[in-house]
Amino acid sequence: MTAHELILQSKAPYTAIAAQELPAIAASSDWQNKYRILMNLGKQLPVFSNDLQRDEFLIAGCDSKAWLLHQYDGITQKHYWAFDSEARVVKGLVALAICQLNGLSNNELAQLDFTVLLKPLGLYQNISPSRQSGLQAVLDKMASQIKATG
Amino acid sequence: MSFDVEAFRAEFSFFQQHPDWVYLDSAATMHKPDAVIKAEVEFYQQHNSNVHRGAHQLSQQATRLFEKARDAVALALNVRRREEIIWTSGATEALNLVAAGLMGTVLEPGDRILLTCLEHHANIVPWQFYCQQHGVFIDVVPLTTELELDIAVFQQLLELKPKVVAMAEVSNVLGTIAPIAQLVKLAKAAGAITVIDGAQGIVWQRPDMQALDADFYVFSGHKLYGPTGIGVLYGRYELLNNLRPLRYGGEMIKAVSFAGTTLNQLPYRLEAGTPNIAGAIGLAAAFNWLAEFDSAALKSHKQQLFQALYQGCKAISGITLLSPATQNAGILSLNINAEHPTDVAALLNEQKIALRAGTHCAMPLFQALQLPGAVRLSLAAYNNDHDIQRTLQALEQTVELLQ
Repeated sequence: MTAHELILQSKAPYTAIAAQELPAIAASSDWQNKYRILMNLGKQLPVFSNDLQRDEFLIAGCDSKAWLLHQYDGITQKHYWAFDSEARVVKGLVALAICQLNGLSNNELAQLDFTVLLKPLGLYQNISPSRQSGLQAVLDKMASQIKATG
Repeated sequence: MSFDVEAFRAEFSFFQQHPDWVYLDSAATMHKPDAVIKAEVEFYQQHNSNVHRGAHQLSQQATRLFEKARDAVALALNVRRREEIIWTSGATEALNLVAAGLMGTVLEPGDRILLTCLEHHANIVPWQFYCQQHGVFIDVVPLTTELELDIAVFQQLLELKPKVVAMAEVSNVLGTIAPIAQLVKLAKAAGAITVIDGAQGIVWQRPDMQALDADFYVFSGHKLYGPTGIGVLYGRYELLNNLRPLRYGGEMIKAVSFAGTTLNQLPYRLEAGTPNIAGAIGLAAAFNWLAEFDSAALKSHKQQLFQALYQGCKAISGITLLSPATQNAGILSLNINAEHPTDVAALLNEQKIALRAGTHCAMPLFQALQLPGAVRLSLAAYNNDHDIQRTLQALEQTVELLQ
């Protein structure tokens, strides 16, 4: 599968996560339930094949290996991503971010504060610093990808 | 003498501050008893001055305290001469000092050294770096299928006449206690200089340097109830005296002119710059404080906890244990099914279990195990039954959440 195909294939699952799991995590009151949903988000998303687990897509700064694919549609001016990781927590956290950003334009993205994307979920406070920095590394990379097209 | 764990635990203010946490990361760093913290604070509040060079009485007093700290460690380790105790920033610096200092003085191009598969990066990378520069070859003792050092291969590799054998007393990942006395004997019989990484081992058992008969032994203070930033290089006097310093400047120098420099005598020639005075005093306080307790009772308490943890984990379906049940210094590495260790750690962190996940600065070991890493639970004598029960409950919850 090419990077392009994988990003295409990830669109529908990310949309579904935005509609279902994102509000479900926010509404859930106990951490066990939040995590049960979070840990299983990855199961809905395609897994990167070996040829896509390339160093050029690798995110530095994660405890586990993690890869980010990005595509910018020059005609519609919209951004799309796909993400995979060896670890379920990071894959879930990034999915919760991407599902809020996928398909947005440069203008729309410019108005968003990435640092508060996951705040309403009530997860962020509990997540350990190393996981936070892993998530932060992915968000930083996404911000630089957006900037490069702007 | 019986051991009162709650009284022991009360020596640590940290636990009063964090009653809801279970601390199982003592192999990374230990908590410090109030006696150690007090010793450091007292030094700064009452005695602070630089050592060895002051013209004033305060400096002389600081020097006395600093050198008294060296005596305390020298006595605790039963060394032949007090000059055999060199202060370093920790085990890592001590190993760097030995590796760099032996190159060109003992190790020549074409020589061999012997390491083991269980080593921490601190006992691999300095050797690798300097060996590459000097054309020295490194052989590695592998593990048996039981994950113990392969003594038969160790003996075969000794036939290649390595000039140095460097190995850990206790594996920082598996907790395995190596038969260090036997290995030192074998290595010395083959004519090798022995370097023991005691970072984890010294917590398990206080070494008697004369009985152990190793040439070098290193450890960090912070893994033995002491402060961070202080550690010890023990070395046989003649070997230390010939070791090329890694750093230059300060008290290690006797005379300088632009024609050349004369170095000071031991231990100062290997202690460049202003030393970690308060750290040394804190570490000596840790030794003195520890001497108030029955070491056999501490050890047996820790063993009991380890067995309870080990058997409890074994009974949880989905957990794979990497560490051995016996000959273990109190470290339990495990995985849950095929889950990534960082995921397991994240869920345990939610439940306020402090531990470490990953490859624990021992990537070659994990390459040999063919695993991406593990979760490491490490015990200290301040842990109690409640900690073990909480951990086992948290692990059960984690297994359930990962399904």
